[in-house]
Amino acid sequence: MADNTTPEVPVRTGPTPTSTLATIRIAKNDRKRRPLPRISGKLLTGIIIVVVIALFGILAPFFVQDPRFSGNDALLPPGDGHILGTTKLGYDVFAQLAWGTRGSLFVGVVAGALALLLAILFGVLAGYFGGVVDEILTLLTNIMLVIPGLPLVMVIAAYVQNTEGLGPFARSSFLVAIVLGITGWAGSAVVLRATAKSLRMRDYVAASRVAGERPLRVIFVEILPNLVPLLAAQLIFGVIFAILGEAGLSYLGLGPTGSITLGTMLNDAQTGQAVGSQAWWWFIPPGALIALLGTGLSLINFAIDEIVNPKLRLAPQAARNQRKANREGRSVSENGAIA
Amino acid sequence: MSATPVLTAHGVSITYEVDPPVQAVKDVSLTLHRGEILGLAGESGCGKTTFAYGLNRLLKAPAVMTGGDVEFHDVDGTDINVVGLSGEGLRRFRWDKVSMVFQGSMNSLNPVMTVQAQLEDVFITHRPGMRKAQRRERSAELLELVGVDPNRLGAFPHELSGGMRQRIMIAMALALNPQVMIMDEPTTALDVVVQRGIIREIMRLRERLGFAVIFITHDLPLLIEISDRIAIMRDGAIVELDDAEKIYHDPQHEYTQKLLASFPSLRGERGDFVRLGHGETPAKAPAQSGGIA
Amino acid sequence: MSHAKPNGPSTLEIKNLKRDYTLRSGFKRNVLHAVSDVSFTLEPGRTIALVGESGSGKSTVARIISRLENATGGQVLLDGAPAPTRGRALERYRSKVQMVFQDPFASLNPFHTILHHVERPLRIHHPHLSSKQIKERAYELLERVQLTPASRYADRRPHELSGGQRQRVAIARALAPGATYIVADEPVSMLDVSIRLGVLNLLAELQRSEGLGVLYITHDLATARHFSDEIMVMYRGKIVERGEPDSVILNPQHEYTRTLLEAAADPDRLGQLRAEVRAEGITT
Repeated sequence: MADNTTPEVPVRTGPTPTSTLATIRIAKNDRKRRPLPRISGKLLTGIIIVVVIALFGILAPFFVQDPRFSGNDALLPPGDGHILGTTKLGYDVFAQLAWGTRGSLFVGVVAGALALLLAILFGVLAGYFGGVVDEILTLLTNIMLVIPGLPLVMVIAAYVQNTEGLGPFARSSFLVAIVLGITGWAGSAVVLRATAKSLRMRDYVAASRVAGERPLRVIFVEILPNLVPLLAAQLIFGVIFAILGEAGLSYLGLGPTGSITLGTMLNDAQTGQAVGSQAWWWFIPPGALIALLGTGLSLINFAIDEIVNPKLRLAPQAARNQRKANREGRSVSENGAIA
Repeated sequence: MSATPVLTAHGVSITYEVDPPVQAVKDVSLTLHRGEILGLAGESGCGKTTFAYGLNRLLKAPAVMTGGDVEFHDVDGTDINVVGLSGEGLRRFRWDKVSMVFQGSMNSLNPVMTVQAQLEDVFITHRPGMRKAQRRERSAELLELVGVDPNRLGAFPHELSGGMRQRIMIAMALALNPQVMIMDEPTTALDVVVQRGIIREIMRLRERLGFAVIFITHDLPLLIEISDRIAIMRDGAIVELDDAEKIYHDPQHEYTQKLLASFPSLRGERGDFVRLGHGETPAKAPAQSGGIA
Repeated sequence: MSHAKPNGPSTLEIKNLKRDYTLRSGFKRNVLHAVSDVSFTLEPGRTIALVGESGSGKSTVARIISRLENATGGQVLLDGAPAPTRGRALERYRSKVQMVFQDPFASLNPFHTILHHVERPLRIHHPHLSSKQIKERAYELLERVQLTPASRYADRRPHELSGGQRQRVAIARALAPGATYIVADEPVSMLDVSIRLGVLNLLAELQRSEGLGVLYITHDLATARHFSDEIMVMYRGKIVERGEPDSVILNPQHEYTRTLLEAAADPDRLGQLRAEVRAEGITT
């Protein structure tokens, strides 16, 4: 490997590793410098589900009839003209589904992003600065954490919707998204605070302070990029929480009745006695879509987990490789694994 | 010391089954004699730890032993083919005949069990016939052996210092009177003064109990000081194996020489180049600094 | 790097430095004196080795000098002026006093390129330079620490480099502001043995060519002896012995220094320990 003229091994032929496993990792990295870790089956499935649903929500509304057009016959089962039939008021279910998906995604993304922003503000700042700042921010976080989520959302939602002077905004999905956002950040903030606290103790943070970096730059340029996988996971978690929360609120009649979401569809189905009249095409599609979206996002979350914590992925992989080598007769010992 | 072998490894090869496979140990043969200290020196990633784990059949996935054989020559004259062991046989072999102490050992004590309970566990597993009183007695004896006050038997690991915990791990490794102890950087995480005490203890116990030691470390000066023979490992192969004295005074392999030169001498003249730099003439020590202390 | 021009005799003086930590366990409070009454003076062109075991307080001294921690008592004086704790003044202090951390695997941000690590301090401490000049200066620095050609390393990330190469980057980063004083906290203890001397040699060479004042913190007596102009032995927060390297190592006065020397591995004592324990065995 190393010749005597240079004190170290040249980069390309393999750096000096700290352990044999590290050698392997580095050798792998060196061979193909992948910008991203290998895409696992979980990640791929999750992404496909989410992308398909998102595309449906974005594009389909341009091609369907007005979801509030009530000129169709009521409670038509799926068939010609109406792929998914119609509701009691004669709305086309497919059109409702398209608009509802868009509405739900909108609520999810806005609420998730808002929650993440608040979580960063409370969590990362508390973790980095410590001391009094930490005490105050953590106190607020803890208060948010112990207040039961759904009742609080219900109270706030009911309150703002009855506030005078908001006009159509009071019933919009944007408002619901904001309500969900400001009630859903505390859990993430706790996680981010703990991580920021541990990152703060890292030498590279100390080194950048010695180099003369200002605190905010240290947070946003040195610490935050290393939190990206965690932030992505928290964002996805926030989106799931918001979509399900919106569905719950809507089901209770506190949702954005001014717009269409998957939740309001379910609410309509419920008040319209869809179950009683056996109009399964009315409530199964939105329900299934919510479940599917939740599954897709969760799969992505698991995949991120495996990337952040490679042990989850490497250990089973290593065991598989070992068993394979044993099967192929490359091993001389009977059973290489530790019992 | 008589030169009867206690553990022989022949042509051992170990591969990490990743894509592409990495051969960590390449055709290594080694004979450990009864009662000797064999130093295994090399830098990180040279395969010394993998090899040691392979000797004891402790390879973790995805490591696979792809060739060679390891034979243990028991004191009663029977030979055990280590590679062929499995199940119960393997369990009885490990710890009973060959035990291990590794770098992080001291952190592998169970934090919610007393030292006593953990020591007794060894006997409960491997000496099921032993009575409670006997186990107690033996545990106390072991602690005394490694220089820890037997009164500390009731202590929990967190109540003990790192050095003491490492001594307890050595006591545990000694519990079944093994004939070979494999020590992988047993003192690296400890402070030098503590480290010295433990090394001394190991040497003393070796004299008394006569087990053989494979001592793995990157600290070549230490190995030279304590070992009978030293094997220098690099890139998965042993490049030189000789008496400690020969390794120190007359190293043959270029890499051994390089490793030796990496340690400036504490008391001797060698290593002055560090301060003087390569370009300059090594004008003798006192005038070099220009500063008056 | 010739822009460090000390006018008059520059000094970094550490005066009666103290650092206490309050440990709380339940309602009890214990005060730990991590550093008590440490004084010494760093001068450009000289290396002082601070030797001690973990917990002796040597790293605390390093963190106080580099203003990562505040002292409980005593002073750090740069050219006679007390070291500031914040703002512009602190920035100016840092342009003169820099630090190299122990673990190069932890002290470089895995997210950023090598170039980023060297460019940032240049940008902060030389705001008048253009981006192009900064990049040129950064490349110069990388070559200065023998990462040649610099273009080969500049766009890599830390994990693609070996430990020794990373530590060179850390040294380049410390040199970037134009520092006169470098605190090197165990700069080679995490590196593989065969590359340690290379990194130490580099530090020694830079020290001579740039006229740096270096505080070399270590637990290794052998390198301390060959690398420094003065050795200070620290024990439980106090400096128990100091003097010219050869006299401290070859003729130790304090009992602790002797213990430390006794514990250090020395291949010249080959077989001695074995003979000792054997002799013990016979007598008991």
